[in-house]
Amino acid sequence: MKPVTINFRDKASQTISDEQIQQSLEHVYTGFFKGRLAAASETDNWEALRSKGKAIKDHTIANLDYYLDLLATNVEKAGGKIHFASDAAEARKLIIGLAKNCEVKTVIKSKSMVSEEMGLAEAMNDAGFETVETDLGEYIIQLAEETPYHLIAPAVHKSRTEVAKLLDRSYQPGSEPPDATELTMMAREQLRDVFRRADMSVTGANFAVAESGSIALVTNEGNGRMSTSVPRVHVAVMGMEKIVPSIQDLSTMLRILIRSATGQRISTYVTMVNGPRKQDEEEGPEEFHLVVLNNGRDKLLSDIYMREALNCIRCGACLNACPVYRKVGGHAYGWVYPGPIGALVSPVLTGLKDGKNLPNASSLCGACHDACPVKIDIPRMLLELRWRTAEGEKDPKEKSSSMAERLVWKSWRIGMMGRKRFDLGSRIAGWTLRPFTSNGWISKAPPPVGGWTSSRDFPAVSTRSLKSFVKSMKLGGGK
Amino acid sequence: MSNLEDTPTKPDKVTLFSTCMVEQVAPEVGRSVIEVLDLLGVGIEYVDDQTCCGQPAFNSGFRSEARPVAARFIDLFEKTAGPIVVPSGSCAAMVRNYYSQLFRDEPDLKTRAKAVSERLFEFNEFVAKFFGTNALKGQFSRSNTATYHKCCHLLREIEIDEEPIQMLENIDGLEVVPLERADVCCGFGGSFSVKMADISTAILDEKLDYIEQSGADTVVAADTGCVFQMQGGMRRRGSSVRVVHIAEFLAESAKNAGAGK
Repeated sequence: MKPVTINFRDKASQTISDEQIQQSLEHVYTGFFKGRLAAASETDNWEALRSKGKAIKDHTIANLDYYLDLLATNVEKAGGKIHFASDAAEARKLIIGLAKNCEVKTVIKSKSMVSEEMGLAEAMNDAGFETVETDLGEYIIQLAEETPYHLIAPAVHKSRTEVAKLLDRSYQPGSEPPDATELTMMAREQLRDVFRRADMSVTGANFAVAESGSIALVTNEGNGRMSTSVPRVHVAVMGMEKIVPSIQDLSTMLRILIRSATGQRISTYVTMVNGPRKQDEEEGPEEFHLVVLNNGRDKLLSDIYMREALNCIRCGACLNACPVYRKVGGHAYGWVYPGPIGALVSPVLTGLKDGKNLPNASSLCGACHDACPVKIDIPRMLLELRWRTAEGEKDPKEKSSSMAERLVWKSWRIGMMGRKRFDLGSRIAGWTLRPFTSNGWISKAPPPVGGWTSSRDFPAVSTRSLKSFVKSMKLGGGK
Repeated sequence: MSNLEDTPTKPDKVTLFSTCMVEQVAPEVGRSVIEVLDLLGVGIEYVDDQTCCGQPAFNSGFRSEARPVAARFIDLFEKTAGPIVVPSGSCAAMVRNYYSQLFRDEPDLKTRAKAVSERLFEFNEFVAKFFGTNALKGQFSRSNTATYHKCCHLLREIEIDEEPIQMLENIDGLEVVPLERADVCCGFGGSFSVKMADISTAILDEKLDYIEQSGADTVVAADTGCVFQMQGGMRRRGSSVRVVHIAEFLAESAKNAGAGK
């Protein structure tokens, strides 16, 4: 998928004034956010689990070469094939090649953010393979020709009416749309036929277990299980960081992933796949392929200040916790990954200059850090990226601050380096803003304060500093 | 991380880290801190040359501008002794949790920053830790209702959560009502509030709606940035809800209590 982050502000403003989407985004808080809180509070050792999850991820990422090697060995041992793709284009080519070799006609897809990164469904359809999304949300998005709005709820922004327009062929615009169950049944019927015909599936992998060569899929709709058992070829795609060393580690990760994502203790389905059908087995695909995607992840891996972003298990909890995401929605972030984690990985994976707005799209409230099941310190890394865009600390080419901005901060520094200048600065600010001040408040100020006063009053700069008061106060204490 | 652990002996003197915002825009907050601490028997040492901790530039990514300002802060405050008190969770977090980032390649400054930050307490944290949340007598004669907004950095970086509410509940004649989504950001975020004004405002509007729905006539918060944001929004709405810094509110209620005796 081509990154379009540059339009962040426009898209954000559009979403803020869209009442229907704002209403839909409420569910992100009332449903997902509160669900996670409830699930966490009924889990006695929740904080310990989070720490353990973080330790597992830290360890795996620090030894990623070893575990990828081990995974490859064990996938092959189980009769599967492992493929490494350095970028999205290579992955598309590889998977389309597999489809050609296996003489495939119809491909079913279960939900996978990595496949979105690859732009896979579109490319496969273009290459002549009928490729249908089978996750309900993804199916709706595919029909609407949009991109996912949320990591785990791709169609969270769609109203029932909009969904009816897409799913119900007899729906008359303006009439009351069918209820959610009816709409789901329609999708089920439409998809059932595709499931029967499909000869290849593409699924994601929430985790790959290095010691066994298995992948684990977490789903609620059963489409994941259908995808991994019905067609004769199964292709699983994963980002190269989605690895855990052992089955025990998987158990820890599943507990925190599912609770953090939907607030469930466990999802309706947890599907484990260990290679293709064995000789003595009656069911399952004849071929199993695991495609491991890099697509810029090595840049995160070699960057010690950003590496922690690879700990992400894509639960979406940071989106649900984020006051900015809940106002600007998923499409403003311009690439596959929205919300706080998207603001971290998109700029690095797609090149920082395109994503320069994203690290600034945060009030640094820290709710994402609090919500993250593996305790990723998102605010710390947002600040890191802000440094890079402001001053080109890591690479001068990444610097995108304006001359005016740099001048503002240089003058700020000069003003803060001595108390006399500081007080003089206050007086100058007071004089400058005096024409705009009435009764101690400023309602319309020139830039840079103008951004503030477009929607809020600003208190006038005080005519006296605290220091001047302190001189006349008793400071000795009550004793 | 919280500095609340060990059982403390009550200090009789602290150094005030006033913050640039309080110095330039809201000196009444600083005066209130001095008054409240005075009532608790704590005297104030005031560092004449203080300006800012460097947070605004640091948060905007201009670390080369933030660094000398932060180093200057360390120079000034390491010469003092005993606790340092600051009426801002955000500035407290800058020194305690982010100086180690800012000075990560300068081990000497990093060590000196650590020494200063171990003595540094946010105002609510200081009162709660050394004196308890019921140490201050306060009174409101009218039947006032107040609610408390949990400022992000005080809550998540300094880990002070319910303590300010307990202090408010200790005030006679004041009804403290709950605030829905009290721990959700008000949208301030420093330069974010100017750079991305419409997003900041959308977040603020939700906050103000919940405050108005709470039925409180006053919303209390612990950081001047958040106070300005909510105050500015309430004024623009033409709302009568008062937005006030907790130090100011406590100082006022303590005066009322004194006057009533």
